[in-house]
Amino acid sequence: METSVATELRLGLPGRDESEAKITSVSNKRSSSEMDDSCDPQQESVAPAQKAQVVGWPPVRSYRKNILQKKAESSSDGSAMFVKVSMDGAPYLRKIDLKFYMNYLDLLKALQNMFKCTIGVYSEREGYDGSEFAPTYEDKDGDWMLVGDVPWEMFVTSCKRMRIMKGSEARGLGCL
Amino acid sequence: MCLFQFQSVMNYFPEEVLEHVFDFLTSHRDRNTVSLVCKSWYSVERFSREKVFIGNCYAVNPERLIARFPRLRSLTLKGKPHFADFNLVPDGWGGHVYPWIEAMAKSGINLEELKLKRMVVSDESLELLAKSFPNFKSLVLVSCEGFTTVGLAAIASNCRFLRELDLQENEVDDLKGKWLSCFPESCTSLVSLNFACLKGEVNVVALERLVARCPNLRSLRLNHTVPLEVLQKILVRAPQLSDLGTGSFTHDPDSETFIKLKNAMKNCHSIRSLSGFLDVNGRCLPAIYPICISLTSLNLSYAPGIFSNELIKLICHCKKIERLWILDTIGDKGLGVVANTCKELQELRVFPSDLYGVGNTAVTEEGLVAISAGCPKLNSILYFCQQMTNAALITVAKNCPNFIRFRLCTLDPIVPDAVTNQPLDEGFGAIVQSCKRLTRLSVSGLLTDQVFLYIGMYAEQLEMLSIAFAGDSDKGMLYVLNGCKKLKKLEIRDSPFGNMALLSDMGKYETMRSLWMSSCEVTLGGCKTLAEKMPWLNVEIINEHEAGEGEGEASCDDRHRVEKMYLYRTLVGPRKDAPDFVWTL
Repeated sequence: METSVATELRLGLPGRDESEAKITSVSNKRSSSEMDDSCDPQQESVAPAQKAQVVGWPPVRSYRKNILQKKAESSSDGSAMFVKVSMDGAPYLRKIDLKFYMNYLDLLKALQNMFKCTIGVYSEREGYDGSEFAPTYEDKDGDWMLVGDVPWEMFVTSCKRMRIMKGSEARGLGCL
Repeated sequence: MCLFQFQSVMNYFPEEVLEHVFDFLTSHRDRNTVSLVCKSWYSVERFSREKVFIGNCYAVNPERLIARFPRLRSLTLKGKPHFADFNLVPDGWGGHVYPWIEAMAKSGINLEELKLKRMVVSDESLELLAKSFPNFKSLVLVSCEGFTTVGLAAIASNCRFLRELDLQENEVDDLKGKWLSCFPESCTSLVSLNFACLKGEVNVVALERLVARCPNLRSLRLNHTVPLEVLQKILVRAPQLSDLGTGSFTHDPDSETFIKLKNAMKNCHSIRSLSGFLDVNGRCLPAIYPICISLTSLNLSYAPGIFSNELIKLICHCKKIERLWILDTIGDKGLGVVANTCKELQELRVFPSDLYGVGNTAVTEEGLVAISAGCPKLNSILYFCQQMTNAALITVAKNCPNFIRFRLCTLDPIVPDAVTNQPLDEGFGAIVQSCKRLTRLSVSGLLTDQVFLYIGMYAEQLEMLSIAFAGDSDKGMLYVLNGCKKLKKLEIRDSPFGNMALLSDMGKYETMRSLWMSSCEVTLGGCKTLAEKMPWLNVEIINEHEAGEGEGEASCDDRHRVEKMYLYRTLVGPRKDAPDFVWTL
């Protein structure tokens, strides 16, 4: 009786076995999820299949759990904060988290740093006229817009991806 | 000179001298010991004792406390068992502080300090407390529940000489009352104020004014609703702070407010302890770099918003850290940086950041080994990790023979050695063998009876042991009960220990504070036997099923396994406030 009971108690997680445990420890590395294409909130919520469902394990106080839960909820609230950024002529794209920045100035500084380019100053009339590059973005409707026209908060929630346009194309936009 | 010879000499001294000598004994253990020497020492000691520590509020009652220590000024009480922290104890179990406050108020005790852990504190209790003790100075509540901001308002309004209001990780109902505004203008005595666990907004103007009129304020921990602008103003008014808990730490790093904050921070030369960052933008962190060099204590474990690279950059500035609490977002690499930078580190706690499956990686045995190799003063660790190996634990044991507390928690409770697939018995065995001063141990991972053989053999100073999903048979528990002579608290869950182990040495439990066993093999019959033979123990069974089910044969059958059992030594018999689902045998 003892051995069968011992086995019964050992099955902490339903359907678990050791090979599954190994797989969990290898996948889901944070850095790779930032780089790959498949990072979307829907997929992230599928991941918990292998997380413990045992009551009271891991032993963490409710206070702490609530803080993490709030954080988990706020980062997967549906609006895509990670957006791809392409630059004309660059060999590969980058991905940035729009929530990381406080305003347009912040964002543009970061982009200039990332792509080693100068974007120049935004003006409502001229856009980025006078600079070599202009930052644009695709909004929820699929239209390509100039970065800076709408209030920051609105931009963050409607931006699906960005493209830093170069040369003549950029000047074309400035004339509109 | 041994205590016995000393006593004969001491008896020629008048009581005032004895009392004066006892004044130098600050630890309650020492005072308990001297009171056992002889009747006159007991008497002198009890009349002179001002601070009392009660590790289990049900071991004794308020009347006995007051009768023995009439000059009581400072009381520490602990209520629910430790596993209550992890939702294993149902609501309503007990641990009410009200009867204690009521009794002390009625007896004219001059209470000045009250420290409570895992107790139920009602607003009524706080109101009674505030109104009954004119010299009340310090209230510390840790992991308590049952009160609201109304109770806090009573404390603020009535305790004229309040020095300390310290709320740590409590469940508080925030009724949007203006409790902070209740501190009268005449209140200038605050030294420590911690309301980080409150969820609601506070009146920030009242807060700033309070800070401005309390020149002795040394410790201030804000909640997440206090914005960075207010923090900046507070720091300007209170540059003497030595312990700071930031509220929200997010702002536009290019703004004037932020620049003002940076300057205010630079002026705070006394900050040694830092925590908070409940809401944080990593790009604001450089504001604290100037104070990092002097920090001895840093708690970033409530800040899941800080990315690992930001954490690492921050840690590089913290060369004098002695106590560090962080999330596992730091990663093994980050722990390597800690190991290279924090040579004064004594206590490290690494908490899990990913309980809701967002896909973060945890830390592994690598991080732990790095820390053990790099931090020679390390003596206390709590480490939540994805995986562990025996080899790593053996290395850690060799590197750190000075552990006083060693708590390892694998995220999968029964994960074996990640390399060899063996149980982790040998690893923990090495820890207990090497760390001769170990007083607290938590084990996890795949473990057989063998680990308990080692614990019983080597952990001579062990006072508290936490076991989950471990062992194969009663032998495991027996090794521990027979071997660990100084054991005070034993808590076991989901392990195959039964009546044979429970009943083998019943006298042992009178030398311990408490024993918790849940989802083990002990039966109702076994518990009944124990309760019958040991009148100085309360053996409580927690049965969460409805009364209807309880009426059936199942629960009343002695052969039936007990879901949760909590037993503790007591001077005062079964408690009268036990709810329906708690059955004292």
